[in-house]
Amino acid sequence: MQLYLPIADLPVNVFLVLAMGAAVGFVSGMFGIGGGFLMTPLLIFIGITPAVAVASVASHIAASSFSGALSYWRRRAIDPALASVLLCGGVTGTTLGVWTFTQLRALGQLDLMIALSYVVLLTTVGSLMFSEGLRALMRTRRGALPARRTHNWIHGLPLKMRFKRSKIYLSVIPVVIVGTVIGFIGAIMGIGGGFILVPIMIYLLRVPTSTVIGTSMVLTLVTMLFATMLHAVTNHLVDAVLALILMVGGVSGAQFGARAGQKIRGEQLRLLLGLLILSVGVRFAIELVIQPADLFTIRELGVSG
Amino acid sequence: MRRTLLAIVLVLLLGGVARAERLIVSVSNHRVTVTPNYSGEELVLFGSVEKDTTTPADRTAYDLVVTVMGPRADMVTRRKERTFGIWINTDYRQFLQVPSYLALFANRPFDAITSPEIARRQQIGLNNVLLTQRVSGDFADVVPNDAFRSAFIRLRTQRGLYREDASAVTFLTPTLFRTGIPLPAEVPIGTYEIEIKLFANGAFIGKTETAFEIVKVGFEQFVATTARQNGLIYGLATAAMALMTGWMASIVFRKD
Repeated sequence: MQLYLPIADLPVNVFLVLAMGAAVGFVSGMFGIGGGFLMTPLLIFIGITPAVAVASVASHIAASSFSGALSYWRRRAIDPALASVLLCGGVTGTTLGVWTFTQLRALGQLDLMIALSYVVLLTTVGSLMFSEGLRALMRTRRGALPARRTHNWIHGLPLKMRFKRSKIYLSVIPVVIVGTVIGFIGAIMGIGGGFILVPIMIYLLRVPTSTVIGTSMVLTLVTMLFATMLHAVTNHLVDAVLALILMVGGVSGAQFGARAGQKIRGEQLRLLLGLLILSVGVRFAIELVIQPADLFTIRELGVSG
Repeated sequence: MRRTLLAIVLVLLLGGVARAERLIVSVSNHRVTVTPNYSGEELVLFGSVEKDTTTPADRTAYDLVVTVMGPRADMVTRRKERTFGIWINTDYRQFLQVPSYLALFANRPFDAITSPEIARRQQIGLNNVLLTQRVSGDFADVVPNDAFRSAFIRLRTQRGLYREDASAVTFLTPTLFRTGIPLPAEVPIGTYEIEIKLFANGAFIGKTETAFEIVKVGFEQFVATTARQNGLIYGLATAAMALMTGWMASIVFRKD
């Protein structure tokens, strides 16, 4: 069934988009991530412009992280204090990100920057996660316990604050910085940033695993809602019809993914996720390096009359 | 008195010239509505060449060129170049107020209808249509084989938005003609102008104009208009929709 997307300005097959939403939802449910880093490239791949893809995926991620955050809230797995400090940075970062997005679009370099950010971020995070997963897998094979450092340089910073639910005593500076960075790249790349945020919170901020996913979902939810609003107001690029189809597919796929994820061991899960992230990054890299089929592109600056 | 007389003579003279042949045309549909499941359609333009007493007797074979022009818009064409091993948009040209849809139809090849000189003056053929570019502060059209101009036409043609077909116009009788106007799925909305130019023995002898309108209707048009005009409300509605969907999912799939 063909449906015309009003903002993307192109007809798409509803079932194709629904299936894409469900597939990404499955993966995101399995790994406990938003899945924006998969959704945005897929949309670009079916012919939606990167700008519309990024802006519309923001609202899709908001929906899936809201349903996630609700269930984590019921299980008291969200640290409200930590979430609010993260959000201070997140909102600033999102504003900066959308502003940069608008500037780059005017310069005609947006598509390039989206692709470059994907290459840099995904290959780095992907290979880190992959190698970490590999090492963890080897360790469990050998039966050795993972070495645990309890403190690092981050715990020497001033402005410390007690986060009760997470049972940590931590400076707000790194928390705000992390929030800002995630908000910024999220707004430009159309990703929730969960797949970067969760490892940072675990390894750098030493947030216990009991609250980490729920809290990161709150950040994702608010930054993505905020990004949706800003993209709608400044660039008029949010395709609500597209977003709705993605949401419906995504939230249902996520349920089955979550069940599948419980059957796989943690290290294997990380290994798989690392591989997945890495391959998306590599795909973007290849696209940048090989000669495009057409060197020319046209952009309409608005129809008058 | 003399002035009035002159005016009457002029009107008679000019009227006489213009009335040698009269073009009567009509489109099958003056208002095309684009609905959510619109996947392109074809309009039909038909008409006839009416002769009168002043028409020279030797004029029997007519040639027609039909130009359809969609709403005008500014567009940018960018060219990628390899920089530091990756392909980056470097050079660009701005096309000012060019038709978003452009179709040229004729009953036989353009160069067979008229001389290159007249073709250029009457903008016959995609190579001769005026596409104004902004070239470092100047406004001008460039030579037809300019890299940006030809890339622009090629890309628009690929999307079905620019086309030229020298066999689309068919004469049903020596004076009665018809042509189809294909409109692709992603057709721009707005007013479309149709110019029908009549040629005989290589000479341009007259033209007539008509128009049709493409409007989007239904939910999707409402969405597009709201997004552009009420960005804030649209954003809030989208955000609310996201929250609703998320909330409903958490209820539907609640495990505990």
